[in-house]
Amino acid sequence: MVNQEAVFFSRVLTELTLSFHIIYATIGVGVPLMIMIAQWVGIKKQDEHYILLARRWTRGFVITVAVGVVTGTAIGLQLSLLWPNFMELAGNVIALPLFMETFAFFFEAIFLGIYIYTWDRFENQKKHLLLLIPVALGASFSAIFITIVNAFMNAPQGFDIVKGQLVNVSPLVAMFNPAMPTKVAHVLSTAYMTSAFVLASIGAYRLLIKGSKHVYHKKALFLTMKLGLIFSVATAVIGDFSGKYLAEYQPEKLAAAEWHFETEKGAPLYLYGVLDNGEVKYALKIPFGLSILAHSNPNAEVIGLDRFPDNEEPPLYIHYLFDLMVTLGMGLTFLAFVYVLGVHRKWPLIFKKWFGRLLVLSGPLAVIAIEAGWWMTEVGRQPWILRGIMRTSEAATGSGQVDTMLMLFSLLYLILGIGSVLVLIRMFRKNPVEQELADRDAEKAGDLK
Amino acid sequence: MTLEILGITVLGVFLFGYIIVASIDFGAGFFNAFSVVTGKEHILTRVIQRYLSPVWEVTNVFLVFFFVGMVGFFPKTAYYYGSTLLVPASIATILLAIRGAYYAFTIYGGLKYRRYTILYGLTGLFIPASLSIVLVISEGGFVTIRNGGPELDYWVLFTSPLSWSIVVLSLTSVLYISAVFLTWYAQKAKDYNAANLLRKYALAWAGPAIITASGIIVEMRTHNPEHYERLLDLWWLFGLSVLFFAGTVYLLWRRIAYGFAFVLLAGQFTAAFLAYGISHYPYLLYPYLTIYDSFTNKAMATALVTAFIAGLCLLIPSLYLLLKLFLFNKDYVQGNRNDHV
Repeated sequence: MVNQEAVFFSRVLTELTLSFHIIYATIGVGVPLMIMIAQWVGIKKQDEHYILLARRWTRGFVITVAVGVVTGTAIGLQLSLLWPNFMELAGNVIALPLFMETFAFFFEAIFLGIYIYTWDRFENQKKHLLLLIPVALGASFSAIFITIVNAFMNAPQGFDIVKGQLVNVSPLVAMFNPAMPTKVAHVLSTAYMTSAFVLASIGAYRLLIKGSKHVYHKKALFLTMKLGLIFSVATAVIGDFSGKYLAEYQPEKLAAAEWHFETEKGAPLYLYGVLDNGEVKYALKIPFGLSILAHSNPNAEVIGLDRFPDNEEPPLYIHYLFDLMVTLGMGLTFLAFVYVLGVHRKWPLIFKKWFGRLLVLSGPLAVIAIEAGWWMTEVGRQPWILRGIMRTSEAATGSGQVDTMLMLFSLLYLILGIGSVLVLIRMFRKNPVEQELADRDAEKAGDLK
Repeated sequence: MTLEILGITVLGVFLFGYIIVASIDFGAGFFNAFSVVTGKEHILTRVIQRYLSPVWEVTNVFLVFFFVGMVGFFPKTAYYYGSTLLVPASIATILLAIRGAYYAFTIYGGLKYRRYTILYGLTGLFIPASLSIVLVISEGGFVTIRNGGPELDYWVLFTSPLSWSIVVLSLTSVLYISAVFLTWYAQKAKDYNAANLLRKYALAWAGPAIITASGIIVEMRTHNPEHYERLLDLWWLFGLSVLFFAGTVYLLWRRIAYGFAFVLLAGQFTAAFLAYGISHYPYLLYPYLTIYDSFTNKAMATALVTAFIAGLCLLIPSLYLLLKLFLFNKDYVQGNRNDHV
């Protein structure tokens, strides 16, 4: 029994939970790597500032992890509660990566606990670095496994359907589906990129808005911007592969995102613009752009929406999300490039207040790009929950209480969102780095006496 | 051993693990709140927080592991339990979320308010109550198949003596398990004031815990006679459980060997859990779902078991390291170290 109202509210609740969760999850995947790098740089350069950087990031990170863990538990349960028919079917094929994800999460949880509660227990900083490696690995692997599940929903394979029954199931074939390589790579690189920019925002805020002159903030900003540049370039390259994947395996998503209606050779690429009665207006048209993007060949044929029945077309508004994601991604890459080069060449530009404001904005903008990207990819596979196999409307629960649950969860996310931001601000206001450095020096001097 | 039995055993182990670690966690939150209300905060808070802080996240993973494994090994449970449990499971999730986040906010973020501590303690009682609904439903009689889909009958659920007995059982055992463990932990920490207070709590909750547990067996007689018969066949396991229970109470009473008292308590719950689990066989949801008709295909089952073994090879050494560094580290337990980030 499926009622349309439950389908609608289930979609809204899932979207809300995931949109909230991915903010914390992205930070949860990327920041451990940044912490590990800072610790490693600190050891290599014998520079206490980087080690302190690692620890101060960790303190804030714990708060975001807590919210990530609890919202992750929520989405884990909601998969079965809101989409019981989907989980019953897909569980037969895709349970393996879901299961492995919990192992990765377990592994990370254990070592994070150890790392934060052995602060100063070991004299040798390398031991702390060794504890950080499993944290970073666990975080990245849980992202890999859960993205594999999502990739499967876009490109289901590894089973046959004979008379409505699933047969010949092969869990590994299901995991290594065609969508998996680009999805996993894109999720990881954007998570690292976003985390780098989020941390850069903090450094920029202290340095350029609050006017702190401390060398600690300079090191933090330069390190994170360099990392941001590296990962945003990687993201752009992988993003291009993702486009080529779509052209090959999921042409309706690409066609909807690019407003490509007629199948044709030498297809142009539309940037921005609005859709008015099926007409693209005010768009920036790049001749042959889509053919190049999709097949690296200006004359290649790109499949348009005309090849798909109307009831299998994704919503066309995903074009705006696509534009937003790509524009922000390109903009951030450029910003990081200018900053890193500016530091080397000592351009006066990088000390300007307006430029500082841009740097402060980079973290939130990266998060917006992440949201836009996920909305685009998820809405882009509508009407399917399992592309070509199960429609979203067939998968939802029949329960009449989803709307009430939606309100309860909205309230929860509001509380968690406000709570985590307030606590984070409080933590760092109460204990600025200048204070902490002074305290540490005092402690050391005390030891010597 | 068939793959079905292996699968349900793996899940049983994780469910049991969750029951024990979560009980300690929920009970600790409650005792902490209780100590704030009764002005005994200075005695308990330190010892409770020192234990909970490094492990709170791990507790959560046990639960995630259980339900992900359940859907993995028995995908049909997603259909039956997913459809019926929307409300109770959502409420439990929301409470767990508030609890987890609040814990991190106070401990790491330094946000400390009396009323939050009390609220936190109370969630520790509501969560076991809402989670234990799953056990109630599995007994059958609360779910009807209507319009081709399973539906939970809330009226029958809320008026059934069995559901209330199980809710009360979950509450008393949470408090009992937690108090016994914390008594031992406080003793190890050489915090004798806390140990004495917790010992009193443990003794106070021992009676209610064993009475409600016995009450369930009586309830079962009218509710699900088939299950009741199977329970009686396992009388010796229950006998063993009662024996362990008596041992724990005796040791606590005489103020000796708190560590061994906790081992006996673990034995008591293991025996009871085993008896309950075995007698439930082969049903996952009486009478609609058995472990045989809901089991996943063979290829997936083999893959899951392989992943499970590989995962354990990573987990067991890591968990051992965690315990060694905190639970069994004398300096840490006694509060001589403060290595907190």
